This record gives sequence, C-alpha cells and structure tokens, in this order.
Amino acid sequence: MNESEDIKRFEDRYDQPIDGHFGVHGGRFVAETLMHALDQLESLYLELSVDPEFRSELRSDLANFVGRPSPFYFAASLTQHLDGPKIYLKREDLNHTGAHKINNTIGQALLAKKMGKNRIIAETGAGQHGVASATVAARLGMECCVYMGAEDVQRQSLNVYRMKLLGADVVPVNSGSRTLKDALNEAMRDWVTNVDNTHYIIGTVAGPHPYPMIVRDFQSVIGQEARSQCIERLGKLPDYLVACVGGGSNAIGLFHPFLEDSEVRMVGVEAGGEGLDSGRHAAPLNAGKIGVLHGNQTYLMEDDDGQIMDTHSISAGLDYPGVGPEHSYLKDIGRVEYDTVTDDEALEAFRVLNSKEGILPALESSHAIAWVIKNAARFSSRDVIVLNLSGRGDKDILSVAEIDGIGL
Amino acid sequence: MSRIERTFRDLKSNNKKALISFVTAGDPNEEWTIPILDTLVEGGVDILEIGIPFTDPEAEGPSIQASSERGLSQGMTLVKVLELVGGFRKDNGITPVVLMGYLNSILAMGIEHFAEKASRAGVDGLILVNLPPEEADQISVALSNSDINLIFLVAPTTTKQRAQMIAEHASGFIYYVSLKGITGANHLQIDSVAENVGFLREISSLPIAVGFGIKNAESAAAISKFSDGVVVGSRLVDLIAEHSTLLEETRSRLLAEVTQMREAIDET
Repeated sequence: MNESEDIKRFEDRYDQPIDGHFGVHGGRFVAETLMHALDQLESLYLELSVDPEFRSELRSDLANFVGRPSPFYFAASLTQHLDGPKIYLKREDLNHTGAHKINNTIGQALLAKKMGKNRIIAETGAGQHGVASATVAARLGMECCVYMGAEDVQRQSLNVYRMKLLGADVVPVNSGSRTLKDALNEAMRDWVTNVDNTHYIIGTVAGPHPYPMIVRDFQSVIGQEARSQCIERLGKLPDYLVACVGGGSNAIGLFHPFLEDSEVRMVGVEAGGEGLDSGRHAAPLNAGKIGVLHGNQTYLMEDDDGQIMDTHSISAGLDYPGVGPEHSYLKDIGRVEYDTVTDDEALEAFRVLNSKEGILPALESSHAIAWVIKNAARFSSRDVIVLNLSGRGDKDILSVAEIDGIGL
Repeated sequence: MSRIERTFRDLKSNNKKALISFVTAGDPNEEWTIPILDTLVEGGVDILEIGIPFTDPEAEGPSIQASSERGLSQGMTLVKVLELVGGFRKDNGITPVVLMGYLNSILAMGIEHFAEKASRAGVDGLILVNLPPEEADQISVALSNSDINLIFLVAPTTTKQRAQMIAEHASGFIYYVSLKGITGANHLQIDSVAENVGFLREISSLPIAVGFGIKNAESAAAISKFSDGVVVGSRLVDLIAEHSTLLEETRSRLLAEVTQMREAIDET
C-alpha cells in the first residue's frame, strides 16, 4: 500500500477511530470505574460534534472569547535573518490566556455543561492548560481543581497564581517525578473518585479514547484557519508545517486538516533536552518504545522493565514521557517527520524571535522555531513554512532570567 | 483444577470465605517478601495478591503508591517478582498467587514470555488494573495457554450490560471494586456493594471477591457475608510501612492483623 492510500484509509477513520485506535496506538486502558464515563463522553461528543447548535455556540465562543481566527503572520525579519524559507507564524500566542490550550478547554467545558457536570479537573505542566481550564470554569461558574507537579509549581509560579486568581484549587503533586505525568496520575485518581459530578479536561491529544479524538477535533481549528489563510494570502498550500510536540495537541491541531494534502510536509519537534545521547530529554517518538501509559498505547520513554523514565526539558509543557497516539501512528506510517532540538537551541530561538520579530514565544513553541533556524539551509527561498507559535513566553520570563543569572 | 478453583471450592464446602491479602513485591525490600507472604498464609490468608511495582500506579491511593515506590527504590523488577514467586513456591504448593499491576510491565517483558515465565514460577492469576476486556484479547489467549487466570474488575459504575460482557471474559474469580475511588479510600457503602454483588451472582457462576476500601476486621466480616472473598491491601501495606526496620516486628503485626480478620470473617 502506498503512503497516500494508507493516509486515505486513516482519513476514513477520521470521525470515529476504529475502537479508539490509531493503528496499534491509542485505545482505552483505564480502571474499570472510568469505562462507563468514557462511553458516555464518546457518545455525547459524537452526537454534539454534528449538532448545529453546539457548533454554533462553540464558534461564537472561539470568535468572541478566544479571539479567533488567530493571525497568520509573515515573519519578514526572521525570514531575512535566516536567508532561507518564507516563515509564517500561526499566532496561537495571541489567543485569550496566551496559548492554543483554550481552543480545547472551551469545547470541553461546553461538553461538561451538556453532561450536567459542574466540576472540572485538569492536569497541567507549564500551567497553560491549567489557566485555560480555570478560565472556562470561572466563566461558566464551575468548580475547578488543577493538578500540577510540585516541580512545575516552582518553575511556573506566575501561572499558579493566575489559576488561583481565577478561583481554581491548584494541587501540587509530590509523587513520582513531581512533573506533568504525575499530575496526570493524580487527576485520574480524582476522576475515578468523583466521576459522577466531575469532567476531566485532558489538555493534550493523549489519554484514553475518546480524548485524543476530541482534543484533536477542538484543536483542528488551528489548521483549518491556517489552511484557508495560506490559500487566501499566497494562493497555494504551504510546503512545510512545523510544530513542537509534547503530548502533541498544538501539532495535531495544525497538521490534521492538511493530512490529505500529500504535497504538504510536516515536522513535529520534540524536546531534545540535553541531547538524545545524554538520556536527559523528552523525545519518545525519537528515542522511545511502544507501551501503555495514561490510558493509551503509544511511544513512551521507558526502561527494560517497563518503568516510565524521568524526562527532562527546559520547557515544562514538553516534559512528558509519552505522546498522543495519533502522532505515534503518523510516525509509523511516515506521514510526519519527528525530530528534536536541545534546550540550548530552544533558548537561543526564544531570544532570536524576540529580537528579530518582537514576539516573545513560549519555551515550548521555541522548539519549533529552533528547528526552523537549525534547518534553514535545507529549504529554498521559495518554500513556505507555517510554524505554529503555540503560546507566548510571558510565563517563562522568570526562568529565563534565572538561567541568565538575573534575579527579578 | 487450578489452585484458585480448588481454594474457592474447599472454602465453600467448609462454608468459609476467602481472605485475600495484597502486599507489594520488594516492599520494604526483596529479602522480606517471602517471609511476609509466609506470615500472611500462617495468619489465615487463602489467596495472595502480590503487587508488581510500577512508576505510575494510576488507580492506587497513597498507601499502595508509596509501597510501589519503596519496591522500585529497592530495584524490584517484574523478573525479580517472578523469582520471588518461584522462591515462595518452594515451600508452598497450595496457596494461589495472583499478581496485580499495570499492563506496561507485562508488555515490556513480552506477553508470551511473561505467560511462560509466570506459569513456571507458579503464578495462578493476573489482575491488570488498566486492562479492560476490550483490550485484552492477546493477553487473554497467552495466559489461558499457560493456565493462568486473567481476573477482571467490575466497578460500581459498571453498567449491567458491561458486567455481562466482563463476566463472559472473566476467569478465576471476579474482583468487585467496592467503591468509586482509589485503593484504600474511605467511603465504603456496604448496602450498595451487596446489591451489586447480588447482580454479579445472577450472571456468573465464578466466585466474587470484593476489594478497595476494606480496612478492618469489621468491614471484612460485613463484606464476607455476601461475597466469596474479601481483599485487604492498603491496611497491610501501611503496617509494613510503619514497621519497616525489624522483620520480626513486621511479621508479628501482620500476623495479628490477618488473624483478627480471619476470625471476624469466620464468625459471620
């Protein structure tokens, strides 16, 4: 079977992955207590996703509360600086709350409301998804509890306080490696206990089915907009799409509407930390193996005994040992190229975009920028790259200042 | 006849209920595990559940999470867990051993390889907290070829339709999760447990054991009135945590605890 046929086959499964699987990945590996809630969520979502009223409510919220469509910005100075491809930025950093995360939380909060659940829980790494969840909960008058690894609470103190201002309860998680994966474990434990009145808003395209499908669909607005903006502005599709991948929600959101456009190539950039050889990274698609964690089968960073390894990234939002199952599938069929950049390269890109374009990117998004900078020579000046600027870097100022040895 | 089957049959013919204990392998260290298992049997435990330590035990409360971390810090691996079962089996060929853990441990070893090694070590059953029957085809076949029971859980949120489906896939016994929550939680409601166990009896002839939230002799006795067995975990794991400096002290505390539970169950 050639590549395009395989992708077509995959597209046929777009709305309903077969039994929740993307190839061998995905699935629903959770405690029995949650199975019924997942069944309910799936059937409600499938019903609402084609319901005109729901879609129009979602569209209205995205336009008036989030501020969509987000701009499609030609980064002229960066393009000139690199003397390579034309770089367009999809400005998810300009969304309300500062990142793409709100596209998903807006949608899931509406789902929770339809289910009559009045309590929201969420896990967060960088704090962006926590803020986006606390925001929609505040707006809809829902109770909100955000689980956050104790280490991340330290390095993202601004977002922690912001969530508290929004009325959320922020619970530091001290088990395991005290980062995003442990926050997810703790959120699952809460959900298993309070499943009757609580909706769990998973922040990325991972977790048990139907989450990878739901989050992908809500984030696909990024790629849908970028696709029509690009055609409108340039009269053609982009040549490359580039996005950072932790769990992978901003990347899948950009990529998915282009999957059938076989001429559009895609690159997902994982957190290379201190380098793949160092072992201190968060790049399961580049250096992991297939396993089961947090409800789905996917590439994971694990040891020979199947224990999940501690990961490392300068960016809390990418510091996760797994990745969304659809990315694992897109890797397996060769549709998307997955590469890494290091902490240092991301940090340099953070500075370059700021100085050349006056845009402060999140350290997560800086990985995508760094990949383009690093690989600029690979492209011709005719190539058009759409880079997902998934979040703004305000939250990272304190930690970058600390790296620079400056106390603020 | 498997050890699990024989155990439940013998208990039934004596009009008794199974006391099932859970401890984590390698907690607080590798050397203590077999003496602890022997002590539990001495105190009247009928079936031993042994936890496979895992870095991300999503369904466990703080007690069992901590025991898993202690096991891992001692270098416990699935290979070593199976060696411990083999060691225990040298002196005990009767008491069923059920391993309990998370799917990734088995996948990392390889499903076929695990089934073969576990069978050789003397493992009788496997409970994987994050493996519902829908995802279990391959592992189910491999275990059944090695005469190991794959034991499924039924929860208070399980619909009747799902319970039927689970009962069709179940082997060994059905593990009824007595509350919505994590292991060791505090809000056990005996009446609704009784009602749900009653329904399971209508749809399955397998023995039904009840676990999660059973913390003392009193609740063990109450649950055993209508089930075929009770599982006690967090309480025992806490005792091990509290007395982890002297093996003899740990053993005598565990012995006292399970003896008391045994007596309470037998009196009902």
